[in-house]
Amino acid sequence: MSKILIRGAKVLGGEAQDVLIDGETVAAVGTDLDATGATVIEAEGQILLPGLVDLHTHLREPGREDSETVLTGTQAAASGGYTAVFAMANTFPVADTAGVVEQVYRLGKEHGYCDVQPIGAVTVGLEGKKLAELGAMHDSAAGVTVFSDDGKCVDDAVIMRRALEYVKAFGGVVAQHAQEPRLTEGAQMNEGIVSAELGLGGWPAVAEESIIARDVLLAEHVGSRVHICHLSTAGSVEIVRWAKSRGIDVTAEVTPHHLLLTDEMVRTYNPVYKVNPPLRTERDVMALREALADGTIDIVATDHAPHPHEDKDCEWAAAAMGMVGLETALSVVQQTMVETGLLDWAGVADRMSVAPARIGQAKGHGRPVSAGEPANLTLVDPAYRGAVDPAGFASRSRNTPYEGRELPGRITHTFLRGRATVVDGKLA
Amino acid sequence: MMRHLISAADLTRDEAVLILDTAEEMARVADRPIKKLPTLRGRTICNLFFEDSTRTRISFEAAEKRLSADVINFAAKGSSVSKGESLKDTAQTLEAMGVDAVVIRHSASGAPYRLATSGWIDAPVINAGDGTHQHPTQALLDAFTMRRRLVGRDAGLGQDLAGKRITLVGDVLHSRVARSNVDLLHTLGAEVTLVAPPTLVPVGVETWPCEVSYDLDNVLPKSDAVMMLRVQRERMNAAFFPTEREYSRRYGLDGERMAKMPEHAIVMHPGPMVRGMEITAEVADSDRCTVVEQVTNGVSIRMAVLYLLLGGNEAAAAHPSPTTTLERGATRRPSATEESK
Ligand SMILES: [Zn+2]
Repeated sequence: MSKILIRGAKVLGGEAQDVLIDGETVAAVGTDLDATGATVIEAEGQILLPGLVDLHTHLREPGREDSETVLTGTQAAASGGYTAVFAMANTFPVADTAGVVEQVYRLGKEHGYCDVQPIGAVTVGLEGKKLAELGAMHDSAAGVTVFSDDGKCVDDAVIMRRALEYVKAFGGVVAQHAQEPRLTEGAQMNEGIVSAELGLGGWPAVAEESIIARDVLLAEHVGSRVHICHLSTAGSVEIVRWAKSRGIDVTAEVTPHHLLLTDEMVRTYNPVYKVNPPLRTERDVMALREALADGTIDIVATDHAPHPHEDKDCEWAAAAMGMVGLETALSVVQQTMVETGLLDWAGVADRMSVAPARIGQAKGHGRPVSAGEPANLTLVDPAYRGAVDPAGFASRSRNTPYEGRELPGRITHTFLRGRATVVDGKLA
Repeated sequence: MMRHLISAADLTRDEAVLILDTAEEMARVADRPIKKLPTLRGRTICNLFFEDSTRTRISFEAAEKRLSADVINFAAKGSSVSKGESLKDTAQTLEAMGVDAVVIRHSASGAPYRLATSGWIDAPVINAGDGTHQHPTQALLDAFTMRRRLVGRDAGLGQDLAGKRITLVGDVLHSRVARSNVDLLHTLGAEVTLVAPPTLVPVGVETWPCEVSYDLDNVLPKSDAVMMLRVQRERMNAAFFPTEREYSRRYGLDGERMAKMPEHAIVMHPGPMVRGMEITAEVADSDRCTVVEQVTNGVSIRMAVLYLLLGGNEAAAAHPSPTTTLERGATRRPSATEESK
C-alpha cells in the first residue's frame, strides 16, 4: 500500500506536525517522521483538518442530471475539502424508497470522490401527507439515518410528531426545512425594509421561527431528536438556544451564504442571490456567526443547490432558488469565522466535520487526526487569496453568489481513506 | 438625463422638474390642430407588455405616435413567469430588430431593471409598471397633475411640490403606484402620508420617506391632495380586510369625507376606479376629482420622458430651459406641419 507523509502541517491549526498515511489509515502523527518509501507533501503553513462532512447537499441525480450528478457533485465536494456528503431527497424520483437511496449510495461508492450518504424523504413524494418507508430506507444498503423533506416543510404537526417518534426505533433524526407554508406564499426574499422597497413578496422570519418553536416542543414531548436545516434568523437562534438550555435534543445548521450575505444583495435583482431560506439582514448574519461560535448552531452545511444557467438567467420571480456552495464553503467560513476571531481552526474542524458526522452518524468521518484513524483528511492553505472563478468549478452548475469576489483559503489536498482525491488544488 | 427610467427613486429633483416642464411643452402639442412632432421620426419603439394594461399601453402609444416614432406592440400574454427565459429571448429578438427603446410592463418586480442591466439589450428601457415595485411615469403624471392644480399651470414651470401635503389611501402593499409616488413626491419636496389598514402596509415601511396613518379622517383636513389607490376585491378573500363594506366605511372616500378636505384640495385616482368601494360616484364625478386630467397628462409625461431619453439628451443638457430645448429639437427637423401629411 502507498504511504504519504504530510510534512509540517498545523494539525487542527495547532503545532506543526508530520502525519504519515499508510494505506487507508493514519499510521503516525509526530515530529520528524521517517519519510522512507512515502510520497512527501510539504505542507508548511497549511492547516490539516479531518475531511469535511456536509449534512446538506443536493446532488440532483436521479432526475436533474443537467444540474448535477453524483459524479460531478462529489467532485465538487472533494474540491471543497469534503470526504462525505449527505444527499437530499428531493430528486426525481424522490428518494423515498430503499431502491432510490441505494442507487444514490452505490453511485457515490463507484465514483470514489467522497462518501455519499443518502437522506431519505420523511413523506411519500415530499407531499407531507403519508410517512415514507423510513424503516426500509434505514435497513437498506444505504443505511439511512437522516430523513428530510427539504425544499418543503413537514408542516402538518401530526405527521411531524409521528416521524419524530418513528425514527427513534433506529436512532434516526428528522431534519426540518422550517418554512410555514401559508406565511410564505409568493415569497421571493426576506420580508423587511428591502422587500418593501423592491416590491418583492416577503418571506418573514416568523415563518421559520414558528416552525422551529413547534418542532423543538414536539421533540421534547416525544423525547426524540430534531435537526434544523439552514437556520437563518436571529430569532431562530434564540429559540434553539432556549431549547438547548431546556435539555431538548435539537441540533442546527447554518449555510456559508447566511454567514456572509444579506438581503441588500437583492437590490441587484440578480437571481444568483435568490435562495431559500432567503438572505436576511446584517443583524441576522451577526447573530448566526455568534451562535455558530458559541455552539448554539452546531454545524455549517452548504445547502449546495446546483441549477443550470437558464434557470438563473431570467427575471427574479421566474428564477430557481438556490446556490452552489461545496467549493467555497470553507473559504467563506475562514473569512466570516476565523479571520473575525470568532472561531479557531479546531472549532472549524468541529463545526464542519466532527459535529456533522456525529449528527448524521457518518462512520469513519469527523474522527481525530491520530494514529489508527481512517485517513479522511483535508489540507488547507489559509494564506491564499483569490477571486472566485466559477469556470474552474467541478460542479456542473455555476450559480455561485461569489463570482469575482475575493475569498481567502484554498483546499490543496483531500484524502478519502488514504487516497488523494485532490492534489495541489486539482482533482486527482 | 439618465439612460433608462426604471424607478422614480432614480430621479433627482432637477431631472424630475425638467420632465414636468418638458411635459408642459408637450401638452401644448395636444392643443394644436395637428398633434404631432417630428422629434422621433425614424426611431422604433417597442411596447413590450407581459401583463395586460390597455390604458397604459394606449397612453404610451399615443405619446410615441405624437413624436412620430414607429411603434411595435408586443403583447406576451400568458408567458412571463412560467417561462422565465421568454423575457431574455424577446429582448434579444428586439435588439436584433434594431429597436431604439423598449417600454416594458411586467408582472414580476425587477424585470425592467434586469432587462436594463443584464446585457441582453442595449436600448434604453422605460418601466411601464413592474409587479408591485414601480411605475415611474404614473408617478410623474400624478406629480404633473398636482403641480398644475396646486401650483399653477404656468406659475409651475421650474417649480417642485415643496410643502404640499399629499395623502395616498388604500392598498399600499401591492401598489407600484404608491411606491413610485412616495419616492417622487419626496424628491419634489412634498410631505406624504400613507393611509391604509395595517394589513395593506408593507413590513419595512418605516424607512420610507413618509408618514403612515391608519385613520383617514384625521389626515383629510391636512391634505392638499388625496390619492385613492386601487383595492382589488380579491384582497378581501385573502383576509387583508374583513368585508368590502367595512373597508369602504373606514377607507373609502365619500362626499362627507371629501368635505373635511381643504377647499383647494384635489382627489386623485390612477384608475380604473372601483366606484362604491374606494370612492363614491359623488366624489368621482366632482370637479375636484382629477381622474380624466390624469389620463390626458399621462400622454404629455410619456412624450416628455421618451423625448428626453431618446431625442433631447444633448439639447436638454445644453439648454436647461425646456422651451428652448423643444424649439431646438423641432427646428433641426421638418416642422410639425410638414411632417403631418
Ligand atoms: Zn431547505
